[in-house]
Amino acid sequence: MKTFLFEFKESMLIALRAIRANKIRSILTMLGIIIGVTSVVLMVTAIKGIDNSFQKGISSLGSDVLYVDKWAWFSNTDWWKMRNRRNIRIQDYEKFKEQAKLPLATAPVMNSRQVIKYGDNRVESVFLNGSTSDYVKTTNFTFQQGRFYNEIESKSSRYVAVIGSEIFKNLFPRGDALDKTIKIGGVNFKVVGVLDEQGSFILGSFNPDNQVFIPIGTIFKNFIGQHMGTVTINVRAKSPAMIEDTKAEAEGIMRNIRGLEYDEENDFSINQQEGLMENYNSVVGVIQIAGLFITGLSLFVGAIGIMNIMFVSVKERTKEIGLRKAIGAKNRTILGQFILESSTICLVGGFIGLIVAVLLSLMINQFIPTQVEYGAVFLAIIISLLVGVFAGLAPAYTAAKMDPVDALRYE
Amino acid sequence: MNNNNIITIEHIAKIYQVGSETVHALSDVSLTIDQNEYVAIMGPSGSGKSTLMNMLGCLDTPSSGKYDFKGKSVSQMTDNELAKIRNREIGFVFQTFNLLARSDAIHNVELPLIYAGISKHERRERAEQALVDVGLKDRMHHKPNELSGGQRQRVAIARALVTRPSIILADEPTGNLDSKTGEEIMMLFNIIYEKGNTIILVTHEEYIAEHAARILRIKDGLIESDSIVEKRYIPNLKKAVENA
Repeated sequence: MKTFLFEFKESMLIALRAIRANKIRSILTMLGIIIGVTSVVLMVTAIKGIDNSFQKGISSLGSDVLYVDKWAWFSNTDWWKMRNRRNIRIQDYEKFKEQAKLPLATAPVMNSRQVIKYGDNRVESVFLNGSTSDYVKTTNFTFQQGRFYNEIESKSSRYVAVIGSEIFKNLFPRGDALDKTIKIGGVNFKVVGVLDEQGSFILGSFNPDNQVFIPIGTIFKNFIGQHMGTVTINVRAKSPAMIEDTKAEAEGIMRNIRGLEYDEENDFSINQQEGLMENYNSVVGVIQIAGLFITGLSLFVGAIGIMNIMFVSVKERTKEIGLRKAIGAKNRTILGQFILESSTICLVGGFIGLIVAVLLSLMINQFIPTQVEYGAVFLAIIISLLVGVFAGLAPAYTAAKMDPVDALRYE
Repeated sequence: MNNNNIITIEHIAKIYQVGSETVHALSDVSLTIDQNEYVAIMGPSGSGKSTLMNMLGCLDTPSSGKYDFKGKSVSQMTDNELAKIRNREIGFVFQTFNLLARSDAIHNVELPLIYAGISKHERRERAEQALVDVGLKDRMHHKPNELSGGQRQRVAIARALVTRPSIILADEPTGNLDSKTGEEIMMLFNIIYEKGNTIILVTHEEYIAEHAARILRIKDGLIESDSIVEKRYIPNLKKAVENA
């Protein structure tokens, strides 16, 4: 045991000396590992970052909310088939609301994309929602300023608006937005509320902070005709546990409203967060596998580079190996020495890669919220160690198996 | 076999296969070497003297025959056991010194003690003493490239002595040195011998071999002669300088 410790220390010393003696070569060799580890850490960090912001964004949809829509978010139904479905009209919603007993709240939603202006500030392509005052009950909205529009404002189709946090930031950099008059698609609206930040989606263009809400009557009057477009009915269950019952009831009522025979397919879809989640997971799964493959490949290339240089190093130091054996180094001592050397190169490379990755992730953080996690750091170190051992194994074995007589005679 | 006996070789042979040809490097060699002997092994190149030296140094095992080192059979030993014998019992001195270029003198001398598992403190002490013994007190922290050829060979000799081995095996130790420095090294060997050590010297130079007390001549894988030197040459530095 004691001998082992001394030998280990000696091997460590030799490894460091060898690396220092061939600085350029060591750095070039390390480059492969540096790039490999950097990409692994960035990959893990980016996936985690995307995941976090998606989770945050998706929670704004609510796990207890159903979206009755002409369109399915995800399905195997052909696009043209859905396109040929009848629109869901506001009258359908009125009937639905009357008949549905299970939901906590229901609200019709009509969408449009509009430009919003306040003074010289403008935001293009804002997600404009027309809905009733009940809409707020189907969400978990909290307000940084003001409130949602009330039932009177909604029913009488007033020109009032509730804006998302991102729009607020862009239109009112100085702060207070309440009672200010903004122009939506050229029409004046009074701001009655500003929402808290909800976190943004990465996939798709939908950003919950880039929304504006106005009464549904107002949207019909100014932006979309009553008979144009299709309404989405947001249905909130009393609790997440109630969602299946609520869904079954909603399906029955909708079939009834649409006058479907028992053998006809639904000509509407009931969407929920769960489906989005599944879809997201499968997309991210593919990204993860692809990323893992690519980073794995770059690490493999790095490992080959190190293996190559270790073979050169063994060859160069044949005589030294012979001498060490002559004065009593055992085969396993020599084996350990070279494995330690390649592991040291890889570990140093791994640490450099880690530092590069942290710096890069700070830069990326400006665009996507990312943070290097301890798990990724740990992973990087373990991986570089493994690569080192893997890359050192074959060269070290050649060194250990050398015949001392031949090695000493080598020129 | 007396108690002073270190090496006993009986009818050993070494056969190499070079391509389709079978080379008999050693055919049938028997010899014994006792403690505190000073033996020179001589022979032209290709005579088998290097093979014999490798065999004696436990770097190689014979194809047939018996080799006992201090009563233990070497012929059947594993690589690890051979490494242990080399570490504890044999001190090597090579023609090309074979020092670690990136390590200073003291670390070079310490190296065999590391493999022997000696504690750091004792290691340092013994290595320092060994370097003092070979006259390199002031050169302990010099790297090989900061030392002259003679000084390098002294470091190598210190490294060979530091484990207090049973035999010192020197392979053409003066081959890479000028005659004056060579003479100095031979003087050092003489001192080591007179202290009671056993030295086996491999050389092809008659005047170097004459420093020894016994000369073994090898030819074609066989011992040609094994003779005691009547009047051993005791090195004298002055004379060496005059000859140079």
